[in-house]
Amino acid sequence: MNETYTAFAGFAQTWGLLYFMIMFGAVLAYALWPKNRKGFEDAAQIPLRED
Amino acid sequence: MAQTKARLITLEEGLFAAFLVVLAFACLIVAGKTYDQVMAFHATIGALVAAGGVFAIFKTFFDSDGTLAPQEINGKPNYNMGPVKFGTVAAMFWGVAGFTVGLIIASQLAWPALNFDLPWTNFGRLRPLHTSAVIFAFGGNVLLATSMYVVQRTCRARMPGRVLPWFVIIGYNAFIVIAGTGYLLGATQGKEYAEPEWYADLWLTIVWVAYLFLFLGTLWKRKEPHIYVANWFYLAFIVTIAMLHLVNNATIPVSVFGTKSYIVWSGVQDAMVQWWYGHNAVGFFLTAGFLAIMYYFVPKRAGRPVYSYRLSIVHFWALIFIYIWAGPHHLHYTALPQWASTLGATFSIILWMPSWGGMINGLMTLSGAWDKLRTDPVLRMLVVSVAFYGMSTFEGPLMSVRAVNSLSHYTDWTIGHVHSGALGWVGYISFGALYCLVPWLWNKKSLYSLKLVDWHFWLSTLGIVLYITAMWVSGIMQGLMWRAYDKLGFLEYSFIETVEAMFPYYAIRAAGGFLFVLGSLIMAYNLWMTVRHGEAAEAEANPSGALAAAE
Repeated sequence: MNETYTAFAGFAQTWGLLYFMIMFGAVLAYALWPKNRKGFEDAAQIPLRED
Repeated sequence: MAQTKARLITLEEGLFAAFLVVLAFACLIVAGKTYDQVMAFHATIGALVAAGGVFAIFKTFFDSDGTLAPQEINGKPNYNMGPVKFGTVAAMFWGVAGFTVGLIIASQLAWPALNFDLPWTNFGRLRPLHTSAVIFAFGGNVLLATSMYVVQRTCRARMPGRVLPWFVIIGYNAFIVIAGTGYLLGATQGKEYAEPEWYADLWLTIVWVAYLFLFLGTLWKRKEPHIYVANWFYLAFIVTIAMLHLVNNATIPVSVFGTKSYIVWSGVQDAMVQWWYGHNAVGFFLTAGFLAIMYYFVPKRAGRPVYSYRLSIVHFWALIFIYIWAGPHHLHYTALPQWASTLGATFSIILWMPSWGGMINGLMTLSGAWDKLRTDPVLRMLVVSVAFYGMSTFEGPLMSVRAVNSLSHYTDWTIGHVHSGALGWVGYISFGALYCLVPWLWNKKSLYSLKLVDWHFWLSTLGIVLYITAMWVSGIMQGLMWRAYDKLGFLEYSFIETVEAMFPYYAIRAAGGFLFVLGSLIMAYNLWMTVRHGEAAEAEANPSGALAAAE
C-alpha cells in the first residue's frame, strides 16, 4: 500500500507537474501568439454582429 | 408554389417513433409486473410520455404539408426557437417551485412542526427535492434553453433535426418529474446531487447523449468559421456531465421491476467517486455552463465585446484542467488518504486564478459602459452575479484548506457558501439571461416593466445578504460550540444546545429565503406580462412561429 502511495505521489510530483506546465504553456502560446490576435479580436465580435 | 411535394417520413422521425413505441411498451410491461408502487407510478409516467411523443411526431408529420422547415429564410438562418421557448418557460416554473420548497425546508429547520409528521413532507425528502429542483430543473432548463439559443446564433445555423431538439428538452423535463416525484415517494440512491435511481439515470443518459449530438450537430453546421468561446464552455459542461453521471451512477438494480439499486464502488472509493462527481457538478454544471451564459449575455446586454478574448481562452483551459481535481476537499479527516485530500485542497487553491481571471473578464467587459448599471437593472443583475461568482470562488478555496475545513465542515457555513454561489451567481446570471431571452424570443421591444426588475433585484439581494450573513454567524458559532472543551476535557455543549442556539439565525435565513421567493414571483409575473402584453418589436416575420413543431 505504501509503495503505491509513493509511486503515485512520485509520478504526480514529476510527470504530472510537467504535463500541466506544458499544457498551460501551450494554451498561453496559442492565446498570446501575435498572429492570432486579429482572429481573436474578430471572434469577440461574434455575439454583437449576428442577425 | 402551388404544389408542394409530399415527403416520406424522415429517418430521424422514424427512428425516434420506433424507439418511443418500444419504450412505451417496455414501460407498460414493467408497470404491470412490478411489485414496487413507486416503479408502477414511474413506469406509467414513462409509458404516457413515450406514447405522447409518438403521437406528437406523427401529428407534426401529417400537419406539415409535406415540407420540412427551411434552413434559411431570405438568406438569414431560420433558427429553431420553439424548444428554447419551452425551456425558458420550464425554467421559470421550476425556479419558483424549487425556491418555494427551499423556503419550506428553511422554515422546517426553524419550526419543526412544519414537517407535519408525514413521510412525504419531511425534511429528508424535501431537501433533495429542493436541491434538484433548483440545480437540475431550474438551472438545467436555463442551460438547455440558453445553449440552444447561443449555439444557433453564434454559429448562424439552425439546430439539426426535427424531433431531436424537442426530444432533448421534453425528455430532460420528464427526467425531472420522475426524479422529483421519486424523492417524495422515497426512491433515492442517497448520493448527494445524484439521488435519482437507476432507471431515471439511464433515461437521463439517453437524453444527454442526444443533447451532445444536437450541440455537436449545430457546431458542425456552422456558417461562422470560429467557434465562439461560450460554446466551448457549453461543450465542456455537456461532455463532463456525461462522464461524471456515468461513473457516479454505475449501479446494478436489484430487479428491473424495482426501484432499488446498488453502486459497484464500495467504501471510501465510493465516497471519493461521489465527491469527484459532486464537486464537478459544481465545477461543470454550475460554473462552466453558467460562464458560457456570462460570455454571451454580458457582452450582448452591454453592447460591447468581451474585455479580453485571449483571457477567455486561458480562462477556459485553466478552469477545465484544474476543476476536475478539486473534489477530495469534501472528504478531509475521513478514511480518504491524506495525499488525496491534500491534492484536492491544492487544486482548489490554484482555482483562485482561473476563477478570478474569468470574473475580471466579465466585469471589465463593462469598462467604458459602467453608466449602464444605473439605467439597466438587467445588466446590473448580470454584473452582480459575476461579483458573487468572485466572492464565492474566493470563499470556496479558503474553506478547502484543512485547518479552515475542520471548523467549517458539517456546519451552516457550508450552506451559506453554497447559497452565495447558487443564489448570487447561478441565480442572478440565470435571471439576467431570462430577462434578456424572453423579449428576444417572443419578438418584443423590451420587458413589460424595468421597474419590476428593479424590485426583483433589490428584494432578492436583500434576501441573499440576510441568508449568507445568518449562515456565516450560525456556522462559525456551531463549529466553535462543537469544539469547545471545559477545563476537565469534557465537551462544553451538548448537541441540542448548539441546535437551540441556531434558532434566530434559522429564522433570519427563512426571512431571506422569503424575499428571494417573492422576487422570483415578481419576475414570473413580469415575464408573463412581457409575453402577453409587451409591445411587439419592429415588424419582422417571427422566424420561429412558422415551425413551432410539437408545441
